[in-house]
Amino acid sequence: MSANISMQQNSPAAAPPRSLWSLGWQRLKRDRVGYVSLWIVGVFALVAALVWTGLLAGNWNAEISEPNTSPLWVAHEKVAVTSGENELDGSTGPIIRLAAAEDPINQEMEAARKNAARYKTREIEKTDSLILGSDQRGRSVMQKVLQGTATSMLVGIFGALLSVLLGTLLGAFAGYFGRRTDDFLMWFYSVFTSVPDMLLLLAFAAVSGRGFTTLVLVLSFTSWTATFRLVRAEFMKQRSREYVQAADAIGASHLRRMFVHILPNISHLLLVQFSLLLVGLIKYEVILSFLGFGVGVKQVSWGSILGEVPNELLQGYWWQLLAVVLFMSTLVTAVSLLTDALRDALDPKVK
Amino acid sequence: MLAYILRRLWQMVPTLLGVMLLVFIVFNWVGGDPSYILAGKRLSPETLANIRTHLGLDKSMPEQFLLFVQQVLHFDFGPSWSTQQPVGGILAARVGPSLMLTGSLLVVELLTALPIAILVAYYRGKLVDRAVTIACTVAMSISSLVYIIVGQYVLAYKAGWFPVQGWDDDSILGAWLFYIPLPLLLGLAVSLAPSVRFYRSFVVEELNQDYVRTARAKGLSERVMLFKHVLRNALIPVVTAVTSSLPFLVLGSMLLERFFGIPGMGNELLLAVDKSDFPVIKAITITIAISTMVFNLLADVLYKWIDPRVELK
Repeated sequence: MSANISMQQNSPAAAPPRSLWSLGWQRLKRDRVGYVSLWIVGVFALVAALVWTGLLAGNWNAEISEPNTSPLWVAHEKVAVTSGENELDGSTGPIIRLAAAEDPINQEMEAARKNAARYKTREIEKTDSLILGSDQRGRSVMQKVLQGTATSMLVGIFGALLSVLLGTLLGAFAGYFGRRTDDFLMWFYSVFTSVPDMLLLLAFAAVSGRGFTTLVLVLSFTSWTATFRLVRAEFMKQRSREYVQAADAIGASHLRRMFVHILPNISHLLLVQFSLLLVGLIKYEVILSFLGFGVGVKQVSWGSILGEVPNELLQGYWWQLLAVVLFMSTLVTAVSLLTDALRDALDPKVK
Repeated sequence: MLAYILRRLWQMVPTLLGVMLLVFIVFNWVGGDPSYILAGKRLSPETLANIRTHLGLDKSMPEQFLLFVQQVLHFDFGPSWSTQQPVGGILAARVGPSLMLTGSLLVVELLTALPIAILVAYYRGKLVDRAVTIACTVAMSISSLVYIIVGQYVLAYKAGWFPVQGWDDDSILGAWLFYIPLPLLLGLAVSLAPSVRFYRSFVVEELNQDYVRTARAKGLSERVMLFKHVLRNALIPVVTAVTSSLPFLVLGSMLLERFFGIPGMGNELLLAVDKSDFPVIKAITITIAISTMVFNLLADVLYKWIDPRVELK
C-alpha cells in the first residue's frame, strides 16, 4: 500500500519496517477499552448492514402485537378493553339510536355492512409478549429500534464520509496551492462558519424535502468545516517537506503529490475526524428527525421514535424511550471511547 | 489596535456578501419557486403571476440578488408570509425571552462547570478525575432530547414542582421566576458534561506551567495558587470561548424553547421552518451571521485586552 511505502521512506533505520497502521493496530489491541469499543461498534455496523439488506427487522412495520404491550420482563397490567359499545358510568338504560328512516347515512351504512364480509382483513395472531414491548400500533419496539439503529448509523456513516471527503478535497487544495486558491476557499470556509450549524441545517431542511439522501447531503454540507481546517493546516505543513520535494524531482504531478504522497501521511487524522463526525452527525440526525425535518415518514430513526415518546410517557408507556436510550447511548459511548483510543493509537509520535 | 479593528471590519464585507449569496442560493435556487407555497389552495395563473411580480421573481437572478442585498442593508425583510407582520418586529419581540433563558443559563453554567473543572483538573489522573471523565462521557452519550423529555415529564408533570410549559408576557420577573427555572435546570444538565470537559483541558494546561511550580515554591497555599493564579490564566480561553458563543445564545436553546413554549428566537425559527416562512428564516440567518462575525472580533479584542502577550495579526 502507498501508506506503507511512504512510511518506509520516512523511517530509514527501522529494521522490520512497519507502517503506522499496523503499529496503531497493535496499540489499539493492547488498549482494552478501545478494543472493546471497537467490537461494540463492529456489532452495531453488522446490525446496520443486516437491517439494510433486509435480513434483520425487515418486518418492523407489521402490526404483530396488541398495541402498547409492556416488555416481556415486566409484570403485565391488563389494560381495560372497551367493548366498542358506548359504556357510560352508571348508565344502564338502552342506547338510543336514530330510527333507520331518520338516519341520513343509513343507506350507505347498510351497503357497507353488506359488503363488509367481502373485505374481511386477514386476522393475524396477535401476541402480547415481545421482548421490548410494542408501540401504539402494535409494532415490535425491538424491530423498530433495530431499524432505527440502521437508519441513524447509515445517515451518520454516509454523512461523515461525504463530509470528510468534502473537507479533505477543499482543504488539500487550499493548503497545497495556497495564494489565490487558499484565499478563495478560506472565504468559502468563513461564510459557512459564520452561520451556526443548526441554523444552516434548518435553513437547508426548510427548502429541501425530507428523506435519507437530503439528510445526508444537508448534514455533510454543514459539517465539512472542521475537517477543512485540519487538512489545510496539515497540507501547508507537509507541502515543503523533503519527501514532497523528492516526489517533485521525480516528476510527480501536483495531484499525485497531493493525494498519493501527502494524503496517506495524514490519513490517520482523517480516521479520527471521521469517528468524531459520526457521533456528531448521529446526534444531529436524532434532533432533526425528532423535529420532523429528518428521515421520511415511511422510515424510522431514533429521532422519530423519540418524537412519539412525550405523548406515550403521559400514558405511562416508557419502553420505547428506554430502548432508544439503551441503543443510542451504547453506540455513542463506544464510538467516543474508540475515537479517543484511535487518537492515542495512531499518534505517530508515540513509539 | 484601531487599525486592526478597521481591517477586520473591512474583511467582514466579503464574508457577509458570501453569507447573503449562500442564503440567496439556498432559498431562491435550491428552494424552488415559493409562489406555490404562498398561493395556497386558490391556485390560478393570475394569482401566481401576481405573487411572482410582488416578490420580484419575474426578474433575472442577478437583479433578484441585488434586491435581496438591498433588503439586508435596510434590514427590511418584508412581512412574514404566515402572519403578515413585519419580520423586524417579530424578531425584536423574540430576542428578549431567548436572552433571558440562555443568558441565565450561561451564568449558572459557568458558576457550576468552572469549579468542577478546576477540582477535577487539580486531581487529574486520580480517582475523582477518572470518575468525572467517565460520567461526562456517559452523560454526553444520551441525546439532549432525552434529558428534556424525561425532565419535563418527571419534574413538571409527575412531581408538579414546576409548570409544564408556558410564558408570562406581562411581567418579566414573573416569567423569570416561574417559567425559567426548569428549562434552566435541564439546559444545565445537557451542557454541564461537555463544559466540564472543555474547561478542564484549559485548567490542566495552566497547571503544567512553570509559574505554578514557582507559586508552590514560594509557599503559597494550594487554594491561593488555584484560585488566584491558575484560575485567572485559565479564564482567558474561557472568556474568548464564551464571547464567540454569544451569538448562539441569541438563537437560544432552541429545543428548550420548543418544549417549554418559550416565545424566543429558536422557537420562532422552528415555527418558520415548519411553515416555510422564508423571510423569517432569512432574517434570522443574516442576523445571526452578522452577530457571529462581530462577536468573533470582540473575542479577539478581548483576548488581547486581558492577555497582553497575544499578538494580533
